[in-house]
Amino acid sequence: MAAAEFETPKIREYPIIPHLQEGVMAHSKPFVAKPDFQEKLGYPGELVDNWKEVAIEKMGELTGKYRSLQVFLDSCVKCGACTDKCHYYLGTTDPKNMPVARQDLFRKVYRRYYTLPGKLFPKLVGAEDLTEEVLDDWYSYFHQCSQCRRCSVYCPYGIDTAEISMAAREIMDAVGKGQKYCNEIIGKVHVIGNNLGLPEPALADTLEGLEEDVEEETGVQVRFPLDVKGADVLVVTPSADFFAEPHIDGLIGYAKVFHQAGISWTLSSYASEAANFGMFIGSYENMRKLALRIREAALDLGVKRIVFGECGHAWRVAYSFLNTLAGPFDFLDPSYPVPQHICEVTHGLIQEGRLTLDPSKNDDMVITYHDSCNVARASRMGDRPGGQFEIPREILRTVCNHYVDMPSYSIKEGTYCCGGGGGLLTDDLIELRVKGALPRMEALKNVVDDYGVTHMAAMCAICKSQFSKVFPYYDFEMDQIVSLHQLVSNAIVLQPEGKEESDENSPGEGQEQAEAA
Amino acid sequence: MSVVTIVFAVLFYVATAILLVFTAHKIWQYAKAPAPLKIPTTPAPTTRSGVVFRMIKELTIFESLFKSNKWTWLFGWMFHFGLLLVLLRHLRYFTDPVWGWVVFLQPFGKYAAFMMLAGLAGLWARRLFVDRVRYISAPSDHLMLLLLIAIGVTGALMTFVEHTDIVALKAFFLGLFAFNWSPLPHDLILIVHLSLVILLMIIFPFSKLLHAPGVFFSPTRNQVDNPRERRHVADWASRLESSNTG
Repeated sequence: MAAAEFETPKIREYPIIPHLQEGVMAHSKPFVAKPDFQEKLGYPGELVDNWKEVAIEKMGELTGKYRSLQVFLDSCVKCGACTDKCHYYLGTTDPKNMPVARQDLFRKVYRRYYTLPGKLFPKLVGAEDLTEEVLDDWYSYFHQCSQCRRCSVYCPYGIDTAEISMAAREIMDAVGKGQKYCNEIIGKVHVIGNNLGLPEPALADTLEGLEEDVEEETGVQVRFPLDVKGADVLVVTPSADFFAEPHIDGLIGYAKVFHQAGISWTLSSYASEAANFGMFIGSYENMRKLALRIREAALDLGVKRIVFGECGHAWRVAYSFLNTLAGPFDFLDPSYPVPQHICEVTHGLIQEGRLTLDPSKNDDMVITYHDSCNVARASRMGDRPGGQFEIPREILRTVCNHYVDMPSYSIKEGTYCCGGGGGLLTDDLIELRVKGALPRMEALKNVVDDYGVTHMAAMCAICKSQFSKVFPYYDFEMDQIVSLHQLVSNAIVLQPEGKEESDENSPGEGQEQAEAA
Repeated sequence: MSVVTIVFAVLFYVATAILLVFTAHKIWQYAKAPAPLKIPTTPAPTTRSGVVFRMIKELTIFESLFKSNKWTWLFGWMFHFGLLLVLLRHLRYFTDPVWGWVVFLQPFGKYAAFMMLAGLAGLWARRLFVDRVRYISAPSDHLMLLLLIAIGVTGALMTFVEHTDIVALKAFFLGLFAFNWSPLPHDLILIVHLSLVILLMIIFPFSKLLHAPGVFFSPTRNQVDNPRERRHVADWASRLESSNTG
């Protein structure tokens, strides 16, 4: 089905808060999941007859299970602090994309059925019956939230619209109105192990091809091990890293880093996906099932550490939730955090002087860096708060001579979502994705014009896919988005067939003393 | 004993009971609901004491709101800080003898009424004139501001323009505490002021005023950022674990 036509928003010199245009995005809806996929995840195949009762009951169940939801529904005072913070509002001007208005789609139903004033005086307090129109609005606007948490930074009570979107999606799944993109993908991971549905042979083949490519280019045999028992490190990375551009160049970067540091590592065909779409649909159970695959793979392969590749929401689930969902990880080496981010590994190795880097290899680029929303606002790197901002920047400044930050309101904790996160990276939502990218595009244009920035680095599979898709709409080139580890890969100087590398990556004792440092 | 005195005495008991019981119920509800996942908005403190400091900043200088919008922050802070001083000053009507620090606060508390009213007026102006805030406002959001303004105005009138018999009023409240009622002065402004306060007390546990207890329970603000160091598992989530392969 062809996407409806729409106009790409104009990039303005200074960001201006737009005036409201009601209903302009009401038509934006992702495809509904087919019964087959719904049922695989344990949800009704299609909208159940008594959907209203089921939804209201589910709502009550969720407020009892999640303190966040209960507190957030009661606490909002409608101060308006969040109203101009969502990239989807800024890009679409639809008032229901203001975080508080999005929450209110949920809150008005909560008030109607679960609060006294809402039962007695619904009109007075903005409470509303759950009707088909309301459900329609839910389906539309809770799939216009990328769960990026920017609104929660600015809310005086820390209300996080992501929590409410997740609850709304869980309720919609429970009544049989799930989203095709997310639920199909989750189904694939449960069966095959990754979002793309790449089975083991295809994966092995791809990795072999990569080994050949890298050897051809560098003259060095850099390995991309798969299912190697006894390796020290299990690397879990978004499956887009196996084939998409520029993701794959990031994967090559990880391999070169491990190669040069002499760390034995492996990928797993069973846990070949870092992303955990269970979070997007607010399903603790699905999220847990997906996370357990990683635990099982780590146990099965007998690794000592788990390292995650470049992915945003994945890193949130990994950093913030993995220990909860699939822990305790007492079978791993306690001298490393579980899990680690690939940037933490690379940064540590740089500090120890274990990587030979030539930043002039990246001299053809002026780099800026896009903080991925869920890395910035839902996780950490290193042992200090804010390490998630500093560590990637320190790596970039080490591997590039020309680095510039985008305007301060658009980076670090104030970073704008790419426009494709939270289960929205699907072609049926292209209008939303293009419009939602506007704030980031404006910030980027700013440094392109003022500092001659040529490329933007990112370390999230969704960000990378999203930007390569929407850049052309804003007159940038697709390849102006690069992987952070792609720049590391460019800069790393490999010694062709050095003596010390003769038994490189053979799993076992060989690398241990180097690694223990 | 006049009918007015009896009615207000009863109303104050009822309103206080509603306020305490239903707010306590809400607090219990918040405390009981588990937070199954670590969701602090990062960068977040990595220690308990860091979290206490973060919460103190939120509660005293409204740190997040300051990041968001300077006008809303200014008006909101003026209102809340003004209200705090006004409320503390009111302690003199409920205590005998009056505590020293309440005596000290008296002049500040008196004039804080203007700061509070100015803040409320600013907030209402935003609600009326900023299209985004107008869009998200229900009638109750406007009425809540009107109620607070009316309470503030009637109070300020009694402080600065038309004094009521404050000695008798204090006797009335002390009588309420001792269950030994004294007559309430029959001043129109006072009656309006007290009626609105009673209304506010009754509304409190059923309205957005729950943000007052709610802010203490917000997981995005009160959680320690240490998920890798310490395993965090909620009750219902751990039951899931035992029923499944771990």
